[in-house]
Amino acid sequence: MKYSIFSLARAALSGHKNWQRTWRDAAPKDRYDVVIIGGGGHGLATAWFLASEFGMKNVAVLEKGWIGSGNAGRNTTIIRSNYGLPGNTGFYELSMKLWERMEQDLNYNAMVSQRGVLNLYHSDAQRDAYARRGNTMRINGIDAELLDQPALKKMLPFLNFDHARFPVQGGLLQRRGGTARHDAVAWGYAHAASELGVDIIQNCEVTGFVRDANGKVTGVETSRGRIGAGKVGMAVAGSSSRVADMAGLRLPIESHVLQAFVSEAIKPLIPGVMTFGAGHFYVSQSDKGGLVFGGDIDGYNSYAQRGNLPVMEDVCEGGMAIIPMIGRVRLLRQWGGIMDMSMDGSPIIDKTPVDGLYLNAGWCYGGFKATPGSGLVFAHLIARDESHKEAARFRLDRFRTGAVIDEKGQGAQPNLH
Amino acid sequence: MRIICPFCGERELGEFTYLGDAKPVRPAADAGEDAVYDYVYLRDNIAGVMDENWYHGGGCRAWLKVTRNTLTHEISGVEAAAGAGARQVAK
Amino acid sequence: MTSHRLSSGGLIDRSAPLNFRFDGKSYSGFKGDTLASALVANGVKLVGRSFKYHRPRGILTAGSEEPNALIELRSGARREPNTKATTAELYEGLEAASQNRWPSLNFDVMSVNQLFAPIFVAGFYYKTFMWPAKFWEAIYEPAIRRAAGLGRAAGIADPDYYDKAWAHYDVLIAGSGPTGLAAALAAGRTGARVILCEEDFTPGGRLIADGGTIDGMPAAEWLSRTLAELGSLPDVRIMTRTTLFGVYDGGTYGAIERVNDHVPSPPEHQVRQRLWRIVAKRCVVAAGALERPIVFAGNDAPGVMMASAMRSYIARYAAAPAKRMALFTNNEDGWRTVETALGAGLQVAAVIDARAEISPAHRSLASKGGFPVLHGSVSGIDGGKNGVRKISVSLTGGARAEVEADGLAVSGGWNPTVGLTSYHRGRPKWRDDIAAFVPDGAPPGMVAAGAANGAFGLGACLREGFAAGVTAARDAGHGNGSGSTPVADDEAFSLTPLWHVAGKGKAFVDQQHDVTASDIELAQREGFESVEHLKRYTTLGMATDQGKTSNVAGLAIMAAVTGKSIPETGTTIYRPPYVPVAIGAFAGHHRDETFHATRLTPSHHWAAEQGAIFVDTGLWKRAQWYPRAGEKDWLESVTREVKAVRGGVGFCDVSTLGKIDVHGADAGAFLDRVYINTFSNLAVGKARYGLMLREDGIVYDDGTTSRLAEDHYFLTTTTAKAGLVMQHLEFCRQVLFPELDVQLTSVSDQWAQFSIAGPKTRDLLKEIVDPSEDLSNEGFPFMGAREVALRGGVKARLFRISFSGEMAFEISVPARYGEAMARNLMIAGHPFGVTPYGTEALGVMRIEKGHVAGPELSGTTTAADLGLGKMMSTKKDFIGRVMAGREALIAADRQVVVGIKPTDKARRLRSGAHIIPKGQTPGPDNDQGYVTSVCFSPTSDHWIGLALVERGRERIGEIVHAHDPLRGEDYDVEICNPVFYDPDGGRQRG
Repeated sequence: MKYSIFSLARAALSGHKNWQRTWRDAAPKDRYDVVIIGGGGHGLATAWFLASEFGMKNVAVLEKGWIGSGNAGRNTTIIRSNYGLPGNTGFYELSMKLWERMEQDLNYNAMVSQRGVLNLYHSDAQRDAYARRGNTMRINGIDAELLDQPALKKMLPFLNFDHARFPVQGGLLQRRGGTARHDAVAWGYAHAASELGVDIIQNCEVTGFVRDANGKVTGVETSRGRIGAGKVGMAVAGSSSRVADMAGLRLPIESHVLQAFVSEAIKPLIPGVMTFGAGHFYVSQSDKGGLVFGGDIDGYNSYAQRGNLPVMEDVCEGGMAIIPMIGRVRLLRQWGGIMDMSMDGSPIIDKTPVDGLYLNAGWCYGGFKATPGSGLVFAHLIARDESHKEAARFRLDRFRTGAVIDEKGQGAQPNLH
Repeated sequence: MRIICPFCGERELGEFTYLGDAKPVRPAADAGEDAVYDYVYLRDNIAGVMDENWYHGGGCRAWLKVTRNTLTHEISGVEAAAGAGARQVAK
Repeated sequence: MTSHRLSSGGLIDRSAPLNFRFDGKSYSGFKGDTLASALVANGVKLVGRSFKYHRPRGILTAGSEEPNALIELRSGARREPNTKATTAELYEGLEAASQNRWPSLNFDVMSVNQLFAPIFVAGFYYKTFMWPAKFWEAIYEPAIRRAAGLGRAAGIADPDYYDKAWAHYDVLIAGSGPTGLAAALAAGRTGARVILCEEDFTPGGRLIADGGTIDGMPAAEWLSRTLAELGSLPDVRIMTRTTLFGVYDGGTYGAIERVNDHVPSPPEHQVRQRLWRIVAKRCVVAAGALERPIVFAGNDAPGVMMASAMRSYIARYAAAPAKRMALFTNNEDGWRTVETALGAGLQVAAVIDARAEISPAHRSLASKGGFPVLHGSVSGIDGGKNGVRKISVSLTGGARAEVEADGLAVSGGWNPTVGLTSYHRGRPKWRDDIAAFVPDGAPPGMVAAGAANGAFGLGACLREGFAAGVTAARDAGHGNGSGSTPVADDEAFSLTPLWHVAGKGKAFVDQQHDVTASDIELAQREGFESVEHLKRYTTLGMATDQGKTSNVAGLAIMAAVTGKSIPETGTTIYRPPYVPVAIGAFAGHHRDETFHATRLTPSHHWAAEQGAIFVDTGLWKRAQWYPRAGEKDWLESVTREVKAVRGGVGFCDVSTLGKIDVHGADAGAFLDRVYINTFSNLAVGKARYGLMLREDGIVYDDGTTSRLAEDHYFLTTTTAKAGLVMQHLEFCRQVLFPELDVQLTSVSDQWAQFSIAGPKTRDLLKEIVDPSEDLSNEGFPFMGAREVALRGGVKARLFRISFSGEMAFEISVPARYGEAMARNLMIAGHPFGVTPYGTEALGVMRIEKGHVAGPELSGTTTAADLGLGKMMSTKKDFIGRVMAGREALIAADRQVVVGIKPTDKARRLRSGAHIIPKGQTPGPDNDQGYVTSVCFSPTSDHWIGLALVERGRERIGEIVHAHDPLRGEDYDVEICNPVFYDPDGGRQRG
């Protein structure tokens, strides 16, 4: 069913009784050409690209709970392509371009809003690092601007310019960055993929892999029975190690908790996305009016999907330090998601040593913005058995060869990325 | 979380820094690149009880082996690292 | 007397009248009122507008679960949006304004949205606003953003202070109703340390409004006796205005104390609120239960109120929400409101009871009170923004009736407060007998009791509370206390579940977010039938009340349309905080200049006297340069400082370096394992530059380490990594190499260290150091290091090391002598023209000398990238050795450190510019590196820089392009040797 203001108006006449399910409630078939494990944004996007770009429509997405109920529905909704290292730069820009046409691609309003992403700097060294990064972006055809303090004062007069422990000197701005309505991204891909024939199967937990005599994966065991597959793709960030373990793989990944917070809804206060450079705090304001903010991961391995007070305090301290007008705004809700923290802070999209099993993992806390790009390059890898050119560096063996993509320069310690 | 430091007593999470899984053992000098790669990069990433290295940087600077459940954050044991504390030097 | 104030009763202080303003109009109330109760007493019905449809809304509850009566409290910098009128204590001069309306509450243009309600159904925005694409950011979204949101934040810095505190107790109790007080009595009498948090400003919970008889006395008397006894126990602390909002790991709880929200502004030197981190061995959740609404058409009209809230206003505040009320109930408890109203002399128009059976007592109450009991349900409200006029009733059997009343009390039963017990992702369980969710387990150390555990009778609450208190104290290591369980009767509990009265008209489930019963049906139709999808698609339960009055009704309606049971449908995940908490409270004093600590170097105050400009380096304030009168900019000052050092002598406080004493028989062996080069063969009295890697083969840190004795080394780190290197070395010592006899001591703060540099350094030092010390090139050669005596006897450590490339020493004295050392260097150096220099001049000289620092030690460079590959010993194992040999880390095309200089000598260089081969159009494929560090070199008389460039060392002399589109600059630079100054090192050895 096509969505538009006209279909809405027509539906209103009949009391909205005629709307169909946003995606079909499919029962598992015996076999698919491709089975994607994980009904988050990445898995659903992969299925949609398989069907729409690569003509593979005999595809199932298996989700152990409800689609979008993992990190797709638990993030701070930021989209950007302001990366500095080869591998990341091109990939995230590919993703950004896909965000820019998402509504029209999917016939679903994911509220992609390019209100800008601004990274503040507070020292000459930070400015130089942002200059390097911004120049990388420009060389790659990505928009970037370096703002000085007077420009910032004009743009965000409410920042703490007068009493700052670490005075704001300027910022790196990507105007095309912004936010999107996270849940709607998952629903939109589900809607569009389902229209193309993809089966989206909820409440279907994968419990094991089916392997042939040569070790090739030929299907999965699930809580809804065995499902045969020509190829199996994993897009289960947060649970990658657990699923990979079923295939006997150990990954360069640790699971960590990242907390995020939302305030009560208030009238528009903060225009775009902003990150504080002298503490752990980033913030945007949702269309509904809540300030959506976060900071560092808690720092310890966790599958608990909840965090502790020290990080919550640290984040709010950062917020108050840079935007002292939010003191009386109330924090409404805190939550925690499981992050696939990789050993260099960058993702892995690659074939695995197991024939027929493809891996999409290690998104750290940057997975949301990658959703459309990840879907496209993972579909490419699965359909063609070779990496998309913008994902060619996201290899699993890069840790073995040393060709890591370490934006923060922190090395093999996941909780520092 | 609260960790009972063998030297300082029960202390609050904010005093400690986390490193990670305490199980991997640094390979011997002649173990070869694969063994070191495994040590540096691969993780069991256990969903459940694991031994972990924590540093009491906000206290006595001891490294501790903390047994903790990553699903619940429950801590079931703490012991000092083998080399923690002052060494008895023979006179 | 105001129009709806009762002539007697209540806990208000009639001797203390208070004036306040709402939407600019003046009213009066009393001390003991909330803003809501004062508005009720003044007959105000319309208090707010809803989120989406801007429907008129009144006051629904009398507590922190309020979805509707949200106001902007105070003004100016203290304006607090979305404040619940039901919890805001009245004070003299209180100012409040309604929100989310324009131009006024009474006439809100945005209520036109109601006309579009047929289109503005759940999730409508996902289906439209897509064409044309560019209209989203330009037109649709800005309009939506302006319309959304509720109140307005102040928009200027919060002028108030917040505090954070820790508390350690045996037993923590949440709630001071009968359950909590009984628990506190039981635990307190054992001698246990007890803390009780109550969010209200008055303890007592439902006892205050609902009364009852306990231990043969009226509830009020029992309450005051109990409070007196608890007050007499030295280790029992009762904190009112304090909400327990979260439970974290290890028995850590978060609570927010509203210290001064009940006064116009905090008294001087006092905080507004205080965040408590409470550590408790046991926690009793006695947070009670919340009455739940019944969803019916028009249920959001001002004047429709929860039954328990209505009797709170009558009994506690002596304010009558209605003078002729009606009750719509499906349970026994709702009838209490009728009793309370009649007792206060108010009229009761009718009771609409959905149950088939009504108790004889209530039947006789009805006949005595002269009002009808209608079996059926409310199907509509006739009224306007200023209250209820008429209530339509569908009688059991199909007939209809109408009731004339000016207010409707609603009771759909009670939901235990299951938040705190569920914050560790626990899911409550369903109990059919009370048709409610109750806790199913709780985080370690926590237990729910009383109404929070589904025990609704007063006697049961007292029994459960007392028993929980006894158990908690015992588990916390205390014996039995004295006294016995307080005794009260248990009221009959009879409820017939009723969630939704089907019918025409909008029936609201989540009143704040305007989620209707038909929205839930639509969500189900579209496949959003899991509770998490339901929540996200309709925004049910996501408003400032977090669905306290709406969630259970919503999922009950979803259960009905899917044909599943309520427990099968399940609940969403409960998340803290229990009530919204000001962000400022979580920050406490960590804001403005006190956001983070400030570390001052030993010579800071002296440097400040000199007029130094300071720069933040981590937490440190370091002197960046020392301007002198007449100098026009920083560059002139820095150039002067550099020239003074290179031509004479200068000094710089370098105390911020990390300093570690390494002691023990195996100290040398230990350093050999953590550095890439060898230290065990370093002679006593000598220093050596060392480089350490991470285990992944990338450079971690550098610094000089000196051997002061056979078993004693003195190690220095960079300023940035001081703490991290200490942690790393302790890990190596304690975990990796416990067999080594070595001890580490951080002495960063114990030593003040100065670099003294320039050809006249020795002349200056002779004035400072005891004449018996031999400072000659033979007696103290380059890279020498030893303890020396200063004139006057103070012992110092002296190192002949040089970062500047000049003849130089670094001298360490105990930190308490640091400032004196700076002053003495100035006095003793006067004849030699001694010049203090800052971090800028330090940086200039290190770039001139080609020394790598922070920008080159970026966490992605190898030793070889930095030109230090030869330092890597091949004769021993060390941290990072094996991984440093991986193919990508030894590839020929890696970016390595080189020098650069502009072909146009007048050209200024900038860090962050990229290196592109000359003549090529910049693109990802020819982006060959970037400029890491630049300075104006007084020695070269032009700008110079260091850069990381692909195959750079093979390209010395090549002209490349510095590409800096961000700053609109493009220019040619020549790749050169990174050592610009004294490449053979003669000056530092001389």
